[in-house]
Amino acid sequence: MLRFILRRLVLLVPVLVGLSLLVFAISHLLPGDPVALAAGPQATREEIAALAREFGTDRSLPVQYWSYASGLLRGEWGRSVLTRRPVWEDLRIYLPATLELVVAAMAMAVLLGIPAGLLSAIYVNRWPDYLSRLASLGAISMPRFFLGLLLQIGFAMELGWLPLDGRYPLIEEPPRFVTGFLTIDAMLALNGQALMLALLHLCLPAFAMSLSPLATITRMMRAATIEVLQQDYVLTERALGLPRRLILFKYVARNAMSSSLTVIGLYFGWLLGGSVLVETVFDWPGVGLYATKAIVTQDFMPVMGVTLAIGVVFVLVNLLIDILYGLLNPKVRLQ
Amino acid sequence: MSGTGHQPQAQAFRRAMYRFGHSWLSIAGLVIVVALILTAVLGPALVPYPEHVAGAIRTAARFQPPSSRAWFGTNEVGQDVFSLTVAGSRVSLLAGLGVVLLGAAIGTLVGAVAGYAGGWVDEALMRLTDLMLTLPSLILAMAIAAALGPGLGNMVFAIAMSWWPGFARLVRGEVLAKREEAFVLAVRALGAGPARILGRHILPNIISPIIVKMSLDMGFAILTVASLGFVGIGVKPPTPEWGSLLSLARGYVPDYWWTAIFPGCAIFLAVFGFNLLGDGLRDVLDPKTRR
Repeated sequence: MLRFILRRLVLLVPVLVGLSLLVFAISHLLPGDPVALAAGPQATREEIAALAREFGTDRSLPVQYWSYASGLLRGEWGRSVLTRRPVWEDLRIYLPATLELVVAAMAMAVLLGIPAGLLSAIYVNRWPDYLSRLASLGAISMPRFFLGLLLQIGFAMELGWLPLDGRYPLIEEPPRFVTGFLTIDAMLALNGQALMLALLHLCLPAFAMSLSPLATITRMMRAATIEVLQQDYVLTERALGLPRRLILFKYVARNAMSSSLTVIGLYFGWLLGGSVLVETVFDWPGVGLYATKAIVTQDFMPVMGVTLAIGVVFVLVNLLIDILYGLLNPKVRLQ
Repeated sequence: MSGTGHQPQAQAFRRAMYRFGHSWLSIAGLVIVVALILTAVLGPALVPYPEHVAGAIRTAARFQPPSSRAWFGTNEVGQDVFSLTVAGSRVSLLAGLGVVLLGAAIGTLVGAVAGYAGGWVDEALMRLTDLMLTLPSLILAMAIAAALGPGLGNMVFAIAMSWWPGFARLVRGEVLAKREEAFVLAVRALGAGPARILGRHILPNIISPIIVKMSLDMGFAILTVASLGFVGIGVKPPTPEWGSLLSLARGYVPDYWWTAIFPGCAIFLAVFGFNLLGDGLRDVLDPKTRR
């Protein structure tokens, strides 16, 4: 098992190098001069040149890439041309906010999707099955930003049960910044009220985000369960007179779940990259909004930082999923 | 006797039609999509207030609730929401189609070259494809669209830039499978070059999974177009785009809910229709994935 993990970790190196190279190449292929834009319309040519020298954009591309890539390793992810803040410092604040949202959404999707898929497969081609299939097709088609807006209208504006937007009430003092995850920080501070507030703020945006992975997990789980139910060993277990519940939860569900694991890995990256939609609706201070602001002003360093950070998280999550695969299914380890 | 060669194919087609016709979800999808296409083609000519689509405003009649005069009410500058929503179907459909076509074209080219050439060309192209898949596609599309400037064409190009990897992987796999088949060896023995073998002999044989993927992707492409509009990157007003209509209306809920609900429902309905149809088509054309 250890060798399996080590080998996967070594294989990460070329991926990360390729990722940084690709992000760098794309951002330099795009038209537009961020430095000139940041300097303002009244800037003289000398001022622009001075700014370019300050940010190092006057050097040749290979030199720029080398300094960027080696900076990445030291935790220097460049600086925003506009705010002049280091990208790494910003990411440390914004990335946990987005990750917290995505993890909450994924947790909702798994907790609801796996039972829904199982149920659908048990009642295959009967009304619970039809209902869950139609609902999951509808859920995949629902734009997250529209769903978010509807949830806001319903649960925040009309009913007033949940907060409208934001991550924490503006008038309250948030728990001390340790991990950047408000829920974890609140627990570390042993502050029950803060934890409650953080969770309440999470509800609506996380649900809006979870709908589409929820639908996919339901469908995958349904298909996998139907397949597993037809296996010979299930028939054997039934013939031996094992209780239906035991067969379903101990033998069928566990084997059917491995296909959903892949979906979780794929969706994790997709949700991270698409978080901007939900963050815009709920005014959630995460990397999506951060990237949007930078994109609109063509401030490339933060955009590169966000893209790279999401890519790295995506790769790491999929590594984790592969390891989990190995735990669930010993055959994978030996390959 | 000359017709016997075609009989199995005709039979398979009839069987496919039968299956499609007996899945009411697919039929519902087909109905929605046909209605959508009709709306996109005829709608802009039939809307009650075409001048609003062109950008005219009438502030005296702002925020009127839905009525017989304005079915979907009016927005913050007194434009008829119904006219804008109907006109938006053309923008969304064209943009979605553009994204899928361009993405499929680039992806097919990359995948076909990689699959046919093999060796280091294959390795390099596929590693690039994998890396592209790890990048957050929406942020990439936003960055490219913003750098190119507003406009429908630029937005389509920007989204297609992150759309092709899926097609590249699909086409490469299909080309690899077909490359070794006897008919390809035969044409090669006759002296045909790689371009002719790929274009005239392999591609026509792998077109059906490509079409299935295109139809499956169509809903999601429309959704992505609306997403870019919603975050304010892409087409600029007065172009009536569903996502940007919704984004503007966001500030006026819940009091003036009609400005948001109708464009939002339009996006949902369009995506839903294409997803239903795509699912049905996949079941019919691609029996391998059927359950």
